[in-house]
Amino acid sequence: MRVPLSWLRDLAPVDASVDDLVHHLSDLGLAVESVDAVGGGLDGVVVAKVLALRPHPDADRVQLVDVDAGDGAARQVVCGAFNMAEGDHVPLATAGAVLPNGMEIGRRKVRGQWSEGMLCAPDELGLPGGHDGILVLPPHTVPGAPLAEALGIAPDVVFELEVNPNRPDALSVAGVARDLAARLGVPFALPEPQVHESGRPAGSMATVEIADPDLCGRFAARVLTGVQVGPSPQWLAARLTMAGMRPINNVVDASNYVMLELGQPNHPYDLARLGGRGLRVRRAREGEQLVTLDDVTRTFTGDDLLICDAEDAPVGIAGIMGGASSEIGDATAEVLLEVAWFQPLSVARTAKRLGLRTEASARFERGCDPDMVPRAADRFCELLGGAASVAPGVIDVRGELPERPRVRLRTSRVNALLGTDLGTDEIRGHLEPIGFSTEAVDDGTLEVTVPSWRPDSAIEVDLIEEVARHHGYMRIPRTVPPSAHTGTLTPYQRGRRLVRQILAGAGASEAWCTTFLAPGDLERAGLSGDAVRVVNPLATEESLLRTSLLPGLLKALAHNAAHRNPHVALFEVGRVFHRPPEGQQLPDEREVVAAAVGGAEAPEAVTVWAQVAEGLLIGEHRLEAATVPGLHPTRAARVVAGDQPVGALGEVDPEVLEAYGVPGRVAWLELDLGVLLAVPHGEGRYRPVSRFPSSDVDLSFTVPETVPAGEVARTIRAAGGDLLVSVALLDVFRGAQVGEGSRSLTFRLRLQAADRTLADDDIAGVRLACIEAVEAAHAARLRG
Amino acid sequence: MIDEIHAARDEALRRVEAAAGVADLDGAESALLGKRSALAALRQRLGALDPDERREAGRALNEARARVEEALAARRSELAAGARADRLEAERLDLTEVVPTRRRGHLHLVTQTRDRLEDVFVGMGFVVAEGPEVETDWYNFEALNMPPAHPARSMWDTLYVDLGPPESTLLRTHTSPVQVRVMQAQSPPIYAVMPGRTYRRDTADASHLPVFHQIEGLVVDRRITFGDLAGTIEAFTNAYFGPDIHTRLRPSYFPFTEPSAEFDITCVFCKGDGCRSCGQVGWLELGGCGMVHPNVFRAVGYDPEEWTGFAFGFGIDRMTASRHGIDDLRELLSNDIRFLEQF
Repeated sequence: MRVPLSWLRDLAPVDASVDDLVHHLSDLGLAVESVDAVGGGLDGVVVAKVLALRPHPDADRVQLVDVDAGDGAARQVVCGAFNMAEGDHVPLATAGAVLPNGMEIGRRKVRGQWSEGMLCAPDELGLPGGHDGILVLPPHTVPGAPLAEALGIAPDVVFELEVNPNRPDALSVAGVARDLAARLGVPFALPEPQVHESGRPAGSMATVEIADPDLCGRFAARVLTGVQVGPSPQWLAARLTMAGMRPINNVVDASNYVMLELGQPNHPYDLARLGGRGLRVRRAREGEQLVTLDDVTRTFTGDDLLICDAEDAPVGIAGIMGGASSEIGDATAEVLLEVAWFQPLSVARTAKRLGLRTEASARFERGCDPDMVPRAADRFCELLGGAASVAPGVIDVRGELPERPRVRLRTSRVNALLGTDLGTDEIRGHLEPIGFSTEAVDDGTLEVTVPSWRPDSAIEVDLIEEVARHHGYMRIPRTVPPSAHTGTLTPYQRGRRLVRQILAGAGASEAWCTTFLAPGDLERAGLSGDAVRVVNPLATEESLLRTSLLPGLLKALAHNAAHRNPHVALFEVGRVFHRPPEGQQLPDEREVVAAAVGGAEAPEAVTVWAQVAEGLLIGEHRLEAATVPGLHPTRAARVVAGDQPVGALGEVDPEVLEAYGVPGRVAWLELDLGVLLAVPHGEGRYRPVSRFPSSDVDLSFTVPETVPAGEVARTIRAAGGDLLVSVALLDVFRGAQVGEGSRSLTFRLRLQAADRTLADDDIAGVRLACIEAVEAAHAARLRG
Repeated sequence: MIDEIHAARDEALRRVEAAAGVADLDGAESALLGKRSALAALRQRLGALDPDERREAGRALNEARARVEEALAARRSELAAGARADRLEAERLDLTEVVPTRRRGHLHLVTQTRDRLEDVFVGMGFVVAEGPEVETDWYNFEALNMPPAHPARSMWDTLYVDLGPPESTLLRTHTSPVQVRVMQAQSPPIYAVMPGRTYRRDTADASHLPVFHQIEGLVVDRRITFGDLAGTIEAFTNAYFGPDIHTRLRPSYFPFTEPSAEFDITCVFCKGDGCRSCGQVGWLELGGCGMVHPNVFRAVGYDPEEWTGFAFGFGIDRMTASRHGIDDLRELLSNDIRFLEQF
């Protein structure tokens, strides 16, 4: 919402400095996006008429324009825009002018051709309209006239405000002025429109009917005859320009002016082009169509509200946009003005469904002021009065309007919620100036009537917000509540942080991959493609929710490889999503951690896992041979901790790597964090460290290749009893001495007792038990 | 006799001085002090002397022996130091030739920020709560005072998934549904922050990401006020950004809080003087906040007359980016090692 300061001052004597006004507006919740000084810096800019357009002999991207700046002589200007035609009036900055943006204009050569000044785009003049082309001026402007005078622009300041959705009233100059006046303690008043009526009464020339009163609460119409369509007065066109709207003609401009000033959208129809000379408001029929002002054919459903003529032909979408058939044109002589109140949700639904948001719909869907209707109609007639006769009377038809709520407001509740110490009178002092009338019910309670322009206020807390806003958020004393808790992370959150630190310590850096996958990403990674789908993705590349971190991390490795970092190690902690079982709405959502080590083979994944297990102090864990989707078929294992499968590790399938463009090998570890951190870890009881000497025993077995070394170690551990404190795989040897299909595994057993020095018998006993157990369980035999 | 003792002593000292190594010295020691040494031979002749001469010669012999032993010890330590120096010199390494084989990885910058934020709030007595990223419409909107077709829903461009009836299941557009889950799961008092990943139907550009991170705070207790909200935000800001960074609250609108506010912090670059980063205003927009709306309390079965509370939330990624001078948010999910290793 662009609000010129001069317009605010028409309604309230706000004379604070611009900086103070910016502060007050922000503090009232009307955030100031920008402040533009307009109309200044236009000395030396005059209206010029385009006489001829000629190509520049040495340049394609500029042309030569001959203009008449009022003295009849042709001046040559070099110009980079091509949007004007012969006969157009355009702004010429003459030599010596300094534009609002500080640019100094001189007579200079451009690619060998003299340019006597510069033709200007709107932004170069500090006017809205951008930089897309030269500002083409209305034809009634006079060549040679100073531009500021020709456009009726006096130096002014325009505030660009960001208006919250709960403040329909602030989508008008009046609403902003009312808030500001209350804050500054100055009076605010809307001047009464002066309308001179003459001729036949409006009711005898047009009809209005509301067929669906639930969606149209009020519909007023005014008739103007003898209309002379032409340009608006300069002051009015200038205000619209500053507010960011393009002047069109006096009828349309008056309509827009009323909307901006009072926040009441309205629509002028060419009465002669309305069948049956009247309007009828009704729901659309399924599939009904209308060509709107923007020349688009719109198709409706039974939920949409249409404005039809008296013969039931659609002529507009209620509250959103008019039809092309009854548009105001140069030949329009009779105008029927619609000023209505439409049901906000209905307008919102239709606008959303059609993808058509207009200045009108933005106001109707937030909720307009039904009591503003007659004043807005009169204001339009006042503005257009000089170019038309206003027929006596207003046709004013009512439908269903919402009740104006009366709300109880407890002073104690205000102070309890805000932490203030306001008296009832202070509270009234904040509410009354913005139109909330109050009546004391008892000592500490007010009964408040909400003004018709504040449909957002319906309950007590809405009023408390108004009190806080006008009291000033920054004036509320700041306190810190004492927390009733000892703040702490959960064991899971601490465990997750530890896992991250362990993986970083293992050399991997943390990646952040998007949650979305493209169709085919899962299949390329060797995974099932049955993922949760996004129904309305912006791009098909973002249409699936990941079921694994593998595709994302492979893409990340490929990215790094493409930037000459082929062997990076990355990890990620993130959610994956699996389709839910029947009868459950939300997906099976799990937090997992995965590490991908570029340029490393499967053993690196075992090392990384060992560090995680060591770091978390997981006692019991093992690897089990398994086929894991996406992983190398003969280099993968399931990770089991505390008898729970917690994930998988190994090497990514070379075919998958090729599909993702990842060079070399990639070691892979993926763990379900929820399961992993639920495994008992890091909470062991102290075991006394033995003060007696230990002995080592090395055992070498010939073991078939089909028996995993981990299984043999487990057997030894189980057989070794209390004296066996550790088992480590010392050496693996393959060769002729061992024989085809087997290898030699050498384990080092460390034996120690807590309470004595081991005797030879102790050692021999453990040794024998381990040998017997391994030979019995694994078709293995001790090597000599 | 005395002269002979002195001659033997001087000869011994010469030999000690001449020893070239520890082994040489060991040989010299027995030759000079052992049973067959010159000094030992002289001592054997003491018995033949008269008492006065014997006393004098005995003292001279003892002195001579002490001198030799002292010289041996001195020479021994001198030789050992030399040998150690030779050995160490032989082990000399150019440590700048070493290429580290194990590298340490880096936590993602957003994780580091999230951890720091969590730590600040934990220090203020908050717990950290989490919830699902795929949510129901009820948790994401309806329980937050946005019934179906509520116009404020258009403030969030929502991504829906193909679970349940159409538009019933979605990727959460904010972390606020976790507030609802926390309140459902327990009774007040509640002091909790809720960090997590959130989603909007938005095209990624320098200042927007469709997948991003927020942190949200919720306090529900008896007699919690708007002043407590403002004070908590100020305390957090001081703890996280430093004591010279302050906050201001401006009225705003969110369906789930009332009164609602946007909160700004002192521009961290210019400390409030006005610069390019803050558009010359001296403030940076950080997030939204407000007093929990009574309808939200009703949705979870709390009595809004008994309990009051506040909530606040802001984006982690954008704050991280501005703090570290990252001018394109997409860099945060580039996963380029050259980026990750900087933090």
